[in-house]
Amino acid sequence: MEAAILKDRENQIFIKEQSQGEIACEKSSLAGSVSQRACVFCGSRVVLYPVADALHIVHGPIGCASFTWDIRGSLSSGPELHRLSFSTDLREMDVIQGGEKKLERAITELGELHKPSAVFVYATCIAGIIGDDIAAVCKRTAEKLGVPVLPVHSEGFKGTKKDGYKAACDALAKIVGTGDISGIPKVSINILGEFNLAGEAWMIEDYYRRMGVEVVSVMTGDGRIGKISKAHGVSLNVVQCSGSLTYLAEHMEEKYGIPYIRVSYFGIEDQSRALYDVADFFSFNPELRTKAEEIVREEISVIMPRIQYYREKLAGKKAAVYVGGAFKAFSLIKALRLIDMSVVIAGSQTGNKNDYKQLEELCDPGTVILDDSNPLELSRFVLEKKADLFIGGVKERPIAYKLGIGFCDHNHERKIALAGYEGMINFYKEVYSSVMSPVWKFAPRNNRRKSHE
Amino acid sequence: MLLRHTPKEVKDRKALTINPAKTCQPIGAMYAALGIHGCLPHSHGSQGCCSYHRSTLTRHYKEPVMAGTSSFTEGASVFGGQSNLLQSFNNLFSIYDPDIVAVHTTCLSETIGDDVSQITQKAIDEGKIPAGKHVIYASTPSYVGSHVTGFSNMCASIAKYFPEKQDYELDQVNILPGWVEPSDMREIKRLMSEMHVPFVMFPDTSGVLDAPQTGFHQFYPKGGASVPDLKRSGASSFTFALGKFSSEAAGEELRKKCDVPYEVMEVPIGINATDRFLMKVSEVSGCPVPESINDERGRVVDIITDMQQYLHGKKVALFGDPDILIPLTEFLLAMDMKPVHIVSGTPGKYFMERMKEIMGDDFETGNVKNGPRADMFLLHQWIKNEPVDLIIGNTYGKYIARDENIPFVRMGFPILDRIGHSYFPVTGYAGAMRILDKMLGAIMDQMDREAPEEKFELVM
Ligand code: SF4
Ligand code: SF4
Repeated sequence: MEAAILKDRENQIFIKEQSQGEIACEKSSLAGSVSQRACVFCGSRVVLYPVADALHIVHGPIGCASFTWDIRGSLSSGPELHRLSFSTDLREMDVIQGGEKKLERAITELGELHKPSAVFVYATCIAGIIGDDIAAVCKRTAEKLGVPVLPVHSEGFKGTKKDGYKAACDALAKIVGTGDISGIPKVSINILGEFNLAGEAWMIEDYYRRMGVEVVSVMTGDGRIGKISKAHGVSLNVVQCSGSLTYLAEHMEEKYGIPYIRVSYFGIEDQSRALYDVADFFSFNPELRTKAEEIVREEISVIMPRIQYYREKLAGKKAAVYVGGAFKAFSLIKALRLIDMSVVIAGSQTGNKNDYKQLEELCDPGTVILDDSNPLELSRFVLEKKADLFIGGVKERPIAYKLGIGFCDHNHERKIALAGYEGMINFYKEVYSSVMSPVWKFAPRNNRRKSHE
Repeated sequence: MLLRHTPKEVKDRKALTINPAKTCQPIGAMYAALGIHGCLPHSHGSQGCCSYHRSTLTRHYKEPVMAGTSSFTEGASVFGGQSNLLQSFNNLFSIYDPDIVAVHTTCLSETIGDDVSQITQKAIDEGKIPAGKHVIYASTPSYVGSHVTGFSNMCASIAKYFPEKQDYELDQVNILPGWVEPSDMREIKRLMSEMHVPFVMFPDTSGVLDAPQTGFHQFYPKGGASVPDLKRSGASSFTFALGKFSSEAAGEELRKKCDVPYEVMEVPIGINATDRFLMKVSEVSGCPVPESINDERGRVVDIITDMQQYLHGKKVALFGDPDILIPLTEFLLAMDMKPVHIVSGTPGKYFMERMKEIMGDDFETGNVKNGPRADMFLLHQWIKNEPVDLIIGNTYGKYIARDENIPFVRMGFPILDRIGHSYFPVTGYAGAMRILDKMLGAIMDQMDREAPEEKFELVM
């Protein structure tokens, strides 16, 4: 079937140096479109999920909890309470009579069973609509259990994933500031917006440690309530530019006077910058900069020859990038450029005006820039632009494969670390194995193309 | 030890579910709708649910799963979702060009009380549904039943909408396969062809969720029950509604609307249930069961004969959907195995009644539970108290299997970490062979792995 474009979506598609004006964005999705977006609850859940010694109770009907059960692969070096699925499993009677009693019981029963360091209670759409006073229940049970019980106001319909990030930050903000900060050195940071997928937080923490910087907490990768409670003791917040924890950084700046910088751990350039920027912040100690340079030199000398190999194989290939946040797209474009691959489609689910401006500057002429796209548009442009690789999330994977092109997961389904220097090699390796897979030779579309030549 | 948090002592829980053995209605409705050719499921609610349901089906089938969403905002959840749905129809038909839009509700639209049938009527009246196109809908509040209920509700809607009553009878039967895999639907169709029995099957996800790689992304793959077939189903002589939980409602709708008599039968898993199904098909159609199928049956019996020493007395824990668990339990018992712990998150009294019938004395000594708090946490506790030799269930069983070092066979929904379920059936005699192969493989692999050096042998 011919892929048309929804009239109302026309201005959410922008082709560099061909389209007029600017791209429209930050709109709620059109009713009736097959959007790839999720909900507020989803945003909160992914941010708080990795806090491993807390209970995560989903207050709502069973689906919301069962679909988010252990789907993120955020590694923990200790407890793994976060990987279980707790739900109040609201039934019809609860919807009619209210679910507060059930929630209170659930928190109490679970609190006694698992002795968690804290409890997060997620409000889903239904909890919001039936008007349960979750905050009050949390307050009562916190007293009973003697640990923080925090409401996360993540009713799905109240916005997008981004609003969920904010709700999660609000909950975290209540833990920050409650711990003892004596003994935390001046050269110390928190890493924000890093979720330890495939152990990435461990790699990054290690770089900083080698520089002589103490990492007090990572939020929320391999997270512990105890560490988060001390987070206000640092001199600097380093925010991974996923955007998800920026609210918390802003809050901490306001309340505790802790400045923050934005970094990205993806790509050689950005990863190195992330180390230098921290070193420069602590300029009273020039040793840090020297150490950082040493680390960068060392790491790059190890990976460069290997990157050369992938560049030779992959130069000239074209990629389509469609990811959640726009920042991810920036890093990906740069990383692909390093091996002489070009990006022909770049899009995000939740970018804002500024993001898209930056994206446009970064892209080559003719690149299709998309906001809140859908499978029809995506597959149409992939064919039109003859992309060899798609970078996206779980719902895009089978589409790419059906089109007969390579795929790389840059969302939470991946099992290998993409951050840091080692991550770069992992990334190129994955791109290589997927794009160059012999299976594409069997794809009927490619066969057909051959016989026409 | 991921599940180190599970204590052995079973305490009565009142208010919470830990590691559910079920999920919510809309995903079942979405799956059923995908079994109609040219049908686009549409989720009436906020984006999150739809996105989760699509992701989970995508992970299970490794196939693109399309569905629209009404994209509720705060406004819609206060003032109702009528305008969202009307706009959705506009957009869905103009851009994705489906033949059918299958709307299902979510908790949210149910709770605020959107009347989808009234809104749909309004859309028809206002000419928003193009000529020749169809809109069907099912009410699927997630706080009632489970994903199986949602599947059943959508099947019932299909049966309510399409079949046309005729005063003549066609030489064909209807098959409502229940919530099984595309491979199972394919297998049941093969059996019918082998018997030369004309049939209409719906929903039919074969060809949709096991579509071949073509180099193109087809929004509507070639599989699925067609609208003409669905219409004709009203003139069939009989309906086989497989699985009480997933198909009875649709069978009843067909009877009410078109006077097609029906019988609820168990999903043909294992020897007994397959025997009963084929005998009944033969009786209704007048077509005998051919030698080729008898041979298949004979091969199953032969495998069991050969391997019975490895099956005898093996204790099994199982969990999943009732329509699958019922015949599976019967099959295990027929092989002299001992199903000792059984949970199903899906509520419904019939499950316990039927299990009691099948299990006899074993029911009293075993642990069987469904409905609220029949979850994986409880199953794990039971296993801790009485260990088993084998676990059968969906992917979520892998945690228990690993922690307790128990052989594990994946069967049910969802299976997120393996392939096979959409390509190889568990139904019919062919399916029985596959179940045997998987069980024996799992049990014997463990024996090999753990045998002391001196007892490790070439031939088992
Ligand atoms: S809100 Fe309801 S329909 Fe949506 S995922 Fe949760 S349980 Fe399922
Ligand atoms: S939109 Fe609402 S009901 Fe659906 S998954 Fe999100 S919180 Fe749950």
